[in-house]
Amino acid sequence: MIDETFDAIVVGAGPAGNACAYTMASRGLKVLQLERGEYPGSKNVQGAILYADALEKVIPDFREDAPLERHVIEQRMWMMNDRSVSGMQYRSDDFNEERPNRYTIIRAQFDKWFSKRVQAAGALVICETTVTELVRNTQTGRVIGVRTDRAGGFIKADVVVLAEGVNGLLGERAGLRTPHKANHLALAVKEMHFLPRDTLEARFNLQGDEGVVIEAAGTITRGMTGTAFVYTNKESLSVGIGCLISDFKETGETPYGLLEGFRKHPAVAPLLAESDVKEYAAHMIPEGGYNAIPQLYGDGWLVVGDAGQFVNAVHREGSNLAMTTGRIAGEVIHQIKARRDPLDAENLSLYAQKLEKSFVMKDLKKYRNLPRALHNKHLFTTYPNLISQALQTWFRVDGVEKKQKENEIVKSFFRTRKFTGLASDVWSIARGWR
Amino acid sequence: MHIVVCMKQVPDSGQIRVHPVTNTIMRQGVPTIINPYDLFALEQALQLRDKLGGTITMLTMGPQMAEDSLRKAMAFGADRAVLLTDRFFAGSDTLATSFALATAIRKVGDTWGKPDIVFTGKQTIDGDTAQVGPGIAKRLDLHQLTYVAKIAEIDLAGRSITVERRAEGGVQVLRTQLPCLITMLEGTNSIRRGSMADTLRAARAEVVKWSAADAGIEDLTKCGLRGSPTVVKRVFAPTAREEKAHLIDTTGLGTDQIAQALMTEVLTRVPAIEGDLQRAAASY
Amino acid sequence: MSSDAKPAPAAGGRAGMKKELPEHFKAYKHVWVFVELEGNEVHPVSWELLGAGRQLADKLGVDLAAVVMAAPGIPARRAVAESFAYGADLAYLVEDPVLQHYRNDPYTKVFTHLVNTYKPEILLLGATTLGRDLAGSVATTLLTGLTADSTELAVDADGSLAATRPTFGGSLLCTIYTLNFRPQMATVRPRVMPMPERQEGRIGRVIEVKADLVEEDIVTKVLSFIPDRNSKTANLTYADIVVAGGLGLQSAENYQHVKNLAKVLCAEYGGSRPLVQKGWIEADRQIGQTGKTIRPKLYIAAGISGAIQHRVGVEGADLIVAINTDKNAQIFDFAHLGVVGDATRILPALTDAFRARFAVNRLAS
Ligand SMILES: Cc1cc2nc3c(=O)[nH]c(=O)nc-3n(C[C@H](O)[C@H](O)[C@H](O)COP(=O)(O)OP(=O)(O)OC[C@H]3O[C@@H](n4cnc5c(N)ncnc54)[C@H](O)[C@@H]3O)c2cc1C
Ligand SMILES: Cc1cc2nc3c(=O)[nH]c(=O)nc-3n(C[C@H](O)[C@H](O)[C@H](O)COP(=O)(O)OP(=O)(O)OC[C@H]3O[C@@H](n4cnc5c(N)ncnc54)[C@H](O)[C@@H]3O)c2cc1C
Repeated sequence: MIDETFDAIVVGAGPAGNACAYTMASRGLKVLQLERGEYPGSKNVQGAILYADALEKVIPDFREDAPLERHVIEQRMWMMNDRSVSGMQYRSDDFNEERPNRYTIIRAQFDKWFSKRVQAAGALVICETTVTELVRNTQTGRVIGVRTDRAGGFIKADVVVLAEGVNGLLGERAGLRTPHKANHLALAVKEMHFLPRDTLEARFNLQGDEGVVIEAAGTITRGMTGTAFVYTNKESLSVGIGCLISDFKETGETPYGLLEGFRKHPAVAPLLAESDVKEYAAHMIPEGGYNAIPQLYGDGWLVVGDAGQFVNAVHREGSNLAMTTGRIAGEVIHQIKARRDPLDAENLSLYAQKLEKSFVMKDLKKYRNLPRALHNKHLFTTYPNLISQALQTWFRVDGVEKKQKENEIVKSFFRTRKFTGLASDVWSIARGWR
Repeated sequence: MHIVVCMKQVPDSGQIRVHPVTNTIMRQGVPTIINPYDLFALEQALQLRDKLGGTITMLTMGPQMAEDSLRKAMAFGADRAVLLTDRFFAGSDTLATSFALATAIRKVGDTWGKPDIVFTGKQTIDGDTAQVGPGIAKRLDLHQLTYVAKIAEIDLAGRSITVERRAEGGVQVLRTQLPCLITMLEGTNSIRRGSMADTLRAARAEVVKWSAADAGIEDLTKCGLRGSPTVVKRVFAPTAREEKAHLIDTTGLGTDQIAQALMTEVLTRVPAIEGDLQRAAASY
Repeated sequence: MSSDAKPAPAAGGRAGMKKELPEHFKAYKHVWVFVELEGNEVHPVSWELLGAGRQLADKLGVDLAAVVMAAPGIPARRAVAESFAYGADLAYLVEDPVLQHYRNDPYTKVFTHLVNTYKPEILLLGATTLGRDLAGSVATTLLTGLTADSTELAVDADGSLAATRPTFGGSLLCTIYTLNFRPQMATVRPRVMPMPERQEGRIGRVIEVKADLVEEDIVTKVLSFIPDRNSKTANLTYADIVVAGGLGLQSAENYQHVKNLAKVLCAEYGGSRPLVQKGWIEADRQIGQTGKTIRPKLYIAAGISGAIQHRVGVEGADLIVAINTDKNAQIFDFAHLGVVGDATRILPALTDAFRARFAVNRLAS
């Protein structure tokens, strides 16, 4: 047994755990962070989007040395059917600003960098160590530390922060929360496609560190609720697709099959041509939203990040909520410690109160019913096809008068998805969005 | 007993990518690891220390980030770690590497006591030369034991050591005197899992960092590119064979017919086999 | 242009790149091959090196010498005679009882003495456990360059040795020079170079050199030599026919198909690296860059994708036959003959076909 007691033990070294450990260590707390992977980020090979604001509130000068790939100056939203793409594109030179708002990153490198900063702030970070159990005081039930899979692995702490991500079994095993439901979890698969820098920049019309993000939905998910994406990194593209686990179960589709379909889509294939594909990773995303959030704190423990279902599926935000919940947890723990108060459920409830006031809970509440509304096959099959047809009718110059084209388009919508269906789709999404 | 283990941080070669079109190395995101061969040396050193007492000093020449690997080695149980790092070492070949390491080992000896055994891995997975160990042995005048599969016996009082060394077609049992240099064969043990206490100690430990000057290297012309007699002049991709394989047309053929067609094709192309096999068959 | 005065080499050009060879190295001439004699047998890699060395020597217009070190006796003499048959013009023969078994210390002493006395410009050794042990010590003693595991040896227009070897995990090759130092040393793995034609009755000059070794001066003692019980495994390198399997076989049980075919063909069996990692085959049956290099008359690869690290180990085979379900598998890029199909079905059928063929022949003869 280790004799010393830490102020806090953070389980997991993803964005949530790192933000939390950094916040506490930089405020002088004695922090131990334990990570299962070989190094922080080793389990996170994929590319991702980093939202600057959340990180800035943790590490204001992060731009100086963080491994950022490209800042995003263009967003494409695609609605796809099997042969076509329609959609919206927004590109602005305003995004070439001094402190850009969104960046593409490669998680393995980013997490490693973040962890270095955590260590520099004074936290002890130990990898290749799995926390197997939360240790409780047998009388009071208060969490007093953790047990790891190493010999002599019991370590004491005043508070344990669970930042174990969506796969973490610890909270579940300790009875702190129930298992995630299959309809609250999405399974995303990602690939890295390597391309020489100049080829990539020519293909996406980019200069320097400018980047593009493509988000796509439609028949590529074969009727299931989900989206696909392409992000530009410096010398690679992150390509992926994700759907609800419950849908995969129901349809028997495989994630990799979907990804292959997306990759081969006529609008996507030319972007990936001649690339060298490496690193295929599957990852779960908690998409239950507000309704799925578990109990967030108790005597001697807190939950942050994905482990607490903090993901905004609609806006594809996860890491920012992770960092924000991690930071707020860290601030709360420091505050309580500074008052020399115990880290019990009563005092830690401050964490939940602060979250309620932050954008985290407000956003998640706003979209609380959207997951259900989006779980509608027509959104991913019928509409993309209708829209594609409509646009083709509209753009083809073939001697048919425009008025007649309009009529045909409107008719096609009602023919395929009766008025009531159409109305209820619009209604439920609008309500979900409110 | 004082043991020095030389260790190198290497790129995980399984993850190195060569761009299919431009044939350039794509370094993005290639993780670094402890040279896997060196872990057999470390584990052997740990076992000796467990049995005979003493300390283990890890030594690495490499860039600043090699500190991670050294810390990891300490988490396995090594007592201290020295990182030899200096821009003058860049571009070292095996001769320059063994010069730098040998000089640093001398300094390690002056600082923490003369080593009884210096370990290295059999080879590295990036350079793959297996020359650094022998180079260090020669420069420090240590008895050289390469490809050691097992340490059969150590007599500290009598300063003798007996090992089993892998040789072509057999195992050589050698006895020599300490101090010696051992390059450890792969597959001879498996690295232990460090205890929680060792892991915490390693996370807090200070890795000693030496520049060339700190290590007592005076003649910088023996280091790095300048101290390396070998020169890499050209890096290129293997040329593809002009012709692709002649594929046997299997349309409409059953498995047995395919096998028959394949056998016939093989025997026409290498007729010598037919005779060999007939003779073999006849001698049954 | 003299780069002597330059303090540090600029990017792209290093001190070693300067053209002019220092005066005292100009006397270094001739190509040497170390003849590896262990347990009264010469390792065949030595003959392969004589073949490669012959070409270098002819290109340079110099002699090819074999270096034989051994205890006095018939094996040493026989090794010298064989060296001539495999192309050496002369042989340096050092006979001394202390050289009975290989030990680093006396061998290094004698070898460096020979080099310093007779000054060869190129020195080739087998990349065996013995050759690598010795080469590293000799190069360090002589303070010269050594290129490990070369796959190609050539002489440049200016007469320097260009040794090519794999780099970056085998995905690329690099050519290494030792421009300003002599001798230029390289090791080569067994079977990388073809076995040269043996020329019966070819003779050469023998230069006998005295070593004056004293057993008492040598600290390291050989207590015993335990020959490998299963010395068959070593035969993979030199087998005429090799059958190998890869991950495409899908299970350890299916690997039996490979063994069965090997048995019928009197062949050795091996496999790709993942099979070793999975424990389906022993480590010394791995074929490829980090396993054995082979040069059989016939190589059959079943369910092997043909990664570059595997390819470099088998390219020397006369006929490469690949069985793979994927018609785009890389192995078809360098195999001579291929079948697109399921190896787990074709292997047994092929085994039956060969068995039937040679059973019939046996009856006929
Ligand atoms: C692809 C490639 C090919 C090369 N080919 C040659 C060549 O043919 N000839 C040549 O002279 N140089 C060559 N080099 C350079 C050579 O690899 C470097 O000198 C390297 O630093 C040491 O050699 P190695 O990695 O081959 O070590 P090896 O001799 O294979 O290593 C044996 C052991 O020495 C120890 N060791 C090695 N390097 C260090 C270190 N930096 N710090 C601590 N311990 C260490 C480790 O215990 C290691 O297991 C090559 C490099 C590369 C990348
Ligand atoms: C530094 C380094 C060194 C290495 N050294 C070596 C080495 O020495 N030797 C070596 O082999 N590898 C080596 N490798 C590994 C090498 O890169 C490849 O990963 C390995 O060779 C792949 O093995 P494989 O062909 O068996 O498996 P895979 O690449 O998985 O290929 C399996 C093949 O089987 C086919 N297949 C599937 N089912 C069937 C079926 N039913 N019938 C027929 N075909 C089927 C598939 O189409 C596929 O082509 C090394 C790698 C590195 C990084």
